[in-house]
Amino acid sequence: MYWRAGIDSLPHMNNARSALPGFAIAIAVLIAGLLFALTVGRYPVSLGDLVHVLLAKAGGPRGELSPAVESVIWQVRGPRVMAAMLVGAALAVAGTAFQGLFRNPLVSPDILGASSGAALGAVIGIYLSLGVFAIQLVAFVGGLVAVGIVYMIGASVRSRDPILLLVLTGVVVGSLFGAGVGLVKYLADPYNQLPAMTFWLLGSLSATSVQDLLPLLGPVVIGTTVLIALRWRMNVMSLPEEEARALGVATGPLRIAIVAAATLVTSASVATAGIIGWVGLVVPHLARSLVGPDFARLIPAAAILGGGYLLLIDTLARTMAQVEIPLGILTAVIGTPFFIWLLASVQKTWS
Amino acid sequence: MILEGRQLTIGYQDRVVGTGLDVQLAKGEVLALLGPNGGGKTTLLKTLLGLLPPKAGEVRLGGAALSASSIRERARLIAYVPQTHVATFAFTVEAVVLMGRTAHGDLFSRPTAKDRDIVAGMLERLGIAPLAQRPYTMISGGERQLVLLARALAQEPQFIVLDEPTANLDFGNQGKVMREIRALAASGLGVLFTTHDPNHALRAADRAYLLRDGQRIAEGPVRQILTRERLQVLYEAPVQTITDASGTAFVPG
Repeated sequence: MYWRAGIDSLPHMNNARSALPGFAIAIAVLIAGLLFALTVGRYPVSLGDLVHVLLAKAGGPRGELSPAVESVIWQVRGPRVMAAMLVGAALAVAGTAFQGLFRNPLVSPDILGASSGAALGAVIGIYLSLGVFAIQLVAFVGGLVAVGIVYMIGASVRSRDPILLLVLTGVVVGSLFGAGVGLVKYLADPYNQLPAMTFWLLGSLSATSVQDLLPLLGPVVIGTTVLIALRWRMNVMSLPEEEARALGVATGPLRIAIVAAATLVTSASVATAGIIGWVGLVVPHLARSLVGPDFARLIPAAAILGGGYLLLIDTLARTMAQVEIPLGILTAVIGTPFFIWLLASVQKTWS
Repeated sequence: MILEGRQLTIGYQDRVVGTGLDVQLAKGEVLALLGPNGGGKTTLLKTLLGLLPPKAGEVRLGGAALSASSIRERARLIAYVPQTHVATFAFTVEAVVLMGRTAHGDLFSRPTAKDRDIVAGMLERLGIAPLAQRPYTMISGGERQLVLLARALAQEPQFIVLDEPTANLDFGNQGKVMREIRALAASGLGVLFTTHDPNHALRAADRAYLLRDGQRIAEGPVRQILTRERLQVLYEAPVQTITDASGTAFVPG
């Protein structure tokens, strides 16, 4: 609690009047991410070719467009770009919602055990040699089960500080599910299954195909729509419980709705892309420094910025080295120093 | 319209804080709730606000049971000014006061132009309009108390309940909050506040309600109720009186 004091007054002392420049920057990041992701790679595509491909799709002249370029854009990079945008936006929006709900800018979507639950589901799916879609489904169910358990424990144990109880329960249940992941890895076939599990647990979008987009798109669109629709109430939800109720908000049902929506998008993302940490922590902060803390603007801004952020990271992941670098590793390399900087800057204002 | 508690037993799930409490607050009057720490003041406030269900008895508002109305209907009738606290997020003062309009919209509605006008009016009324775009985390404690008061006024309630509105304020700001409380009553609102300072009750309240160990010790017009003897019983501590031509003040002995 001690860090509450000044953390959010730091980067945006004048969080005031117009959020337009902030939104413009977020959109610019997204567009830059899109261009970067579609053109750069083992098979470079020039900007001119990209425009040509897009125009051809829209019914424009085909000219001497090479089929290879078209297939790179539509079959190889297109689905991956879509997935990166959706996962980035989903994790960022879920992180923003969780930070508001738990009145703590240092929490992230993993906090209620959603990620570890989904991870356990996925490794079990791989262990049982299920198909890709079935693995996604099991991962998704795992995430929901973990959050369900956390929530039930939180509701049945009496506490003066239900939020803190929920967060601590999330940590505990998360570590139990983590132990389950360890057990399944220990039991797995070390030649076929274990590499697949490891690869998946580190997070990657490299295997994304058009078929993967549908199970991702549905939950992400539903969850994000719910969170965006509720954004006007999110400010009040970030107040202490009794204050929010005195302002006329039925906090109980609304909290369940927000947690369910945020868990839905997190689980769907984890089910598609594996564990990608830190996005839900870093992006809300960046978005807050762009448009201020008001959730009405913050949630849409976080969605846009999150999409662009993960696009950039994913493009780096596949172009930086000869082999692809797992996404979770890159986001951690960026996220950890960011977190330490955050803690340090909080300590300064605290005293 | 009257806000009243009848034969209330107040407390939490696992313990009873007070029993047999009758409270009445009419519109246009100010009631001060006094008593030692742990005597049940805050618990009684929360019960009257409907935030905490009474363990026995009933809270009634305008003749109907408070528990029968929805949380939103309640917020349009009774506003709550909590003790100032450090905020998590650096919302602007305007955004904080705008939250007072929550109960006037539905779950998905955005603030309307009318909401913003009301907010601007309340900021003006309390003399804090220049702070509108400042982060709530970067203003003084006294200003924060006024912002929370403005938020309560933006609810356009019939009653306002304040929890220790003068705690943590400097001398000048204490006086300002006292004057505002009188002004609220003059504009027709029913006001209930808790305080640790009997002088504040003398100054701002019409009636006083003395609460110790969850029991009502006395209740009535401030000048009759607040005597040296009663305060000594209430706080179990010696109290001295200072009197001059302009009135009486109490100091702990």
